[in-house]
Amino acid sequence: MKIKVNGKTQEFNQAQIGLIELLQLNKVTNPELVSVQLNGLFVKREAYQETSLHENDEVDFLFFMGGGSLSTLNI
Amino acid sequence: MEFTDSQTERYSRHIILQDVGVEGQIKISEGKVLIVGAGGLGAPVALYLAAAGVGTIGIIDGDVVDLTNLQRQVIHFTPDVNKAKVLSAKEKIAQLNPEVKVIAYQELLSTYNIFDIIKEYDIVVDGTDNFPTKFLINDACVLAQKPFSHGGILRFEGQTFTYTPGNACYRCVFDSPPPPNVVPTCSQAGVLGSIAGMLGTIQATEVLKFLVNKGELLTNRILTFNALSMDFRTIRFGKNTNCPICGEHPSITGLQTYELPACDLKH
Repeated sequence: MKIKVNGKTQEFNQAQIGLIELLQLNKVTNPELVSVQLNGLFVKREAYQETSLHENDEVDFLFFMGGGSLSTLNI
Repeated sequence: MEFTDSQTERYSRHIILQDVGVEGQIKISEGKVLIVGAGGLGAPVALYLAAAGVGTIGIIDGDVVDLTNLQRQVIHFTPDVNKAKVLSAKEKIAQLNPEVKVIAYQELLSTYNIFDIIKEYDIVVDGTDNFPTKFLINDACVLAQKPFSHGGILRFEGQTFTYTPGNACYRCVFDSPPPPNVVPTCSQAGVLGSIAGMLGTIQATEVLKFLVNKGELLTNRILTFNALSMDFRTIRFGKNTNCPICGEHPSITGLQTYELPACDLKH
């Protein structure tokens, strides 16, 4: 089975793979770090566990990124 | 408005540019842009917008220049260490282009002042490092229908998109801030200095496109790049119907409490 992950094709022997397993294979150990888009739709974080991927699925991982300047917030 | 000979000369490379011209340069000169954070991203954004002749540039940052900043925050120089970042930035802009009006806010952006500040500007640039402020900017801009440019960098990677009213927002991608200390900051994980320039100049370009109203903004798509592989990708995303602030049944109708972990305040 072939899946497109972040624009690049990845091949698997099995016919489906769990999203959490796919994240781990891509070295994302903490699902809280990433927002996942599957075939153009965002997957709710609560649904990561039950989501699996199949042939020709396209999945994008979007990571939290900070950067720039600190000390701009005061509550 | 009419340009003087000196202005026509200064902006000649814009004026001869087909999609800018005199008309576009006038729009740039009348533009008002708020830059949140005079750090790694804010520095190149401020320099390029000042060089381009943006009429009014607001810069908000409560910090002072630190020696560790100079590796990437190119608007600050060695003699500026310990100087307020907004003053350091204002001085450089005055030298680069004295025609630019700079409004320096030497304070922290908060739920109390954000609406009053952003209402004075056409577009906001997020050049902040922390997620509470990123969500504060997003929420205030969505609620006030104010365009903004999101920017994030870490290690060798960057991401940016542009919000305009009616299009997808930051919460469409990330519905809530990550738990404190789960995502490393640049001070914890490092960042290649020039990455800040790569991303900041993209944000500055988006602002200029917005002001002259040309081209296609990075709306409903997020640009990400990894400088190690030098791969650039644009990922399309639509408005998220489940978005807590701009979705079909928003749960956020006003500003919230955006907590910044105390240990992150200094570094």
